[in-house]
Amino acid sequence: MKIADLHTSAVSLVKEALEKAKKYASHNIFISLNEDEALKKAAEIDQKIQNGEKVGRLAGVPYALKDNFLSKQGNTTAASKILSNLRSPIDSTTVAKLEAEGAIMIGRTNLDAFAHGSSTENSFFGPTHNAKDFERVAGGSSGGSAAAVALDIVPFATGTDTGGSIRQPASFNGVYGLKPTYGTISRYGVVAMASSTDVIGFFTQNPEDLDLLMSITSGQDEKDLTSLPDYYNETVVEAGAKKRIGVIKDFDNENVAPEIREGLKSQIEKLKADGHEIVELSMPVLKYALAVYYVVVPAEVASNLSRYDGIRYGYRSSEVHNIEEVFGLSRNDGFMPENKRRIMIGNFVLSSGFYDAYYLKAQKVRTLIIKAYAEAFEKCDYILTPVSPSPAFKLGEKVNDPVAMYLEDVMSVPINLAGLPSLAIPVNRDKDELPVGLQLIGPRRSDKNLLQFTKENFV
Amino acid sequence: MNNTRDDILHLAKLSSLQLTDAEISALQQDVTNIVGYISQLDELDTTGVEPTYQVFEMENVWRADEIKPQDATREQLLALAPDQAQNMIKVQKVL
Repeated sequence: MKIADLHTSAVSLVKEALEKAKKYASHNIFISLNEDEALKKAAEIDQKIQNGEKVGRLAGVPYALKDNFLSKQGNTTAASKILSNLRSPIDSTTVAKLEAEGAIMIGRTNLDAFAHGSSTENSFFGPTHNAKDFERVAGGSSGGSAAAVALDIVPFATGTDTGGSIRQPASFNGVYGLKPTYGTISRYGVVAMASSTDVIGFFTQNPEDLDLLMSITSGQDEKDLTSLPDYYNETVVEAGAKKRIGVIKDFDNENVAPEIREGLKSQIEKLKADGHEIVELSMPVLKYALAVYYVVVPAEVASNLSRYDGIRYGYRSSEVHNIEEVFGLSRNDGFMPENKRRIMIGNFVLSSGFYDAYYLKAQKVRTLIIKAYAEAFEKCDYILTPVSPSPAFKLGEKVNDPVAMYLEDVMSVPINLAGLPSLAIPVNRDKDELPVGLQLIGPRRSDKNLLQFTKENFV
Repeated sequence: MNNTRDDILHLAKLSSLQLTDAEISALQQDVTNIVGYISQLDELDTTGVEPTYQVFEMENVWRADEIKPQDATREQLLALAPDQAQNMIKVQKVL
């Protein structure tokens, strides 16, 4: 499905999307559907078109919203119990911009609660199933959004990516997923996880639609002081450019599934044949990125999730007798086990006596990781790597082993620590027909040309 | 490093989590495993390396202290609280 090819009425597009969403109900992709409001909005848009009024670039286009974006339509749960009844009085900036262009939200997609996870199994509403194999995970944390696009329910869905939460599910379900440069899209109104790495991005079936969505949502927002002035729409497109593509030799090892190594090799051969130069990179410090990530991110999680106190909004335990129990019981009932693990680890690395050894140390190694990428981008224009070490794994396979689950993120987290853009591209299928994805990584603010290069060389 | 039950209870207190007994035992193991994993950072020499807290090395971003129209009203925000009365949020006794 491509946005430019959608020519029927808004009402029929929305009806069709809702029907498909119901047809795949057993995949548990949606936490809630937005049926009545979506159909009402669609009728309004059709009326405008009939009246000859101006409509936006996404007029009548149905989309799925990851359920950690605030929207006035329906509840925003972050797939958690603690926010399960939260009806937001505000729209996130991304939702406001998409809807100003006429996009219509048909439902809220499932995720690991508070986006903590790599499989969408840590959801209060149960796991999402992979679009291509029902027995396998959809990836995470944006598993619902990836599956919604892969099953052709909607042409696009929103996601958030703190350590791979867009790219890994995109790769597991065989769709495109863009993690933009840190700060490109305003995060106002999105449930915060780790503020120094969280970004907003999208899932689509092609790079052209990603380009359209980026051109609509990029730009500075006075409500998110970390957002960058719009560089995306100012970028000069390098059409037909021959590029130097970096390949990280440290990632070519036996921990990476043979199908994924094969997928990478055949893409490299193809790029070479098309006249691009392949540059081998050695980046040994990336080996430590996952350890850095699992210090820095829990620390920020512990801080960001301290706002859920059972007082101002969200769930409050009914068993409470005093203020300490309001905090302690509401939070303990309201969070999923993985949320608690991360909060506890975060408070551990920040606590007196451990701060220097873990938190400060990790932030120093982060500097080394950023430097390694800066040096790599002196030798090449883009870097091509796998997204994850293996294709989608079986539901339940890693759920009881947090460290094994964290290892899923080994190739995706370094990009977040450095604030770089990275595009997950579906390239082939393994012997079980499971999708295999690669990621194309660029220097900061190269997002538009990453998409341009992909349109020309991967599609 | 092995975490004792007391270590976990201390972290739970810092985290405002009233854990169940089963959760405490499970977290003892999980925290030990995760801390074991992140301890590999010790292998790297970071002498003289500055830490990175923000990738664009952004510092304070200032704006004028002006009252601007807000997206939500006082009533809408108060309505989100689990318990409220007379324009205030109700909580259990503090002392």
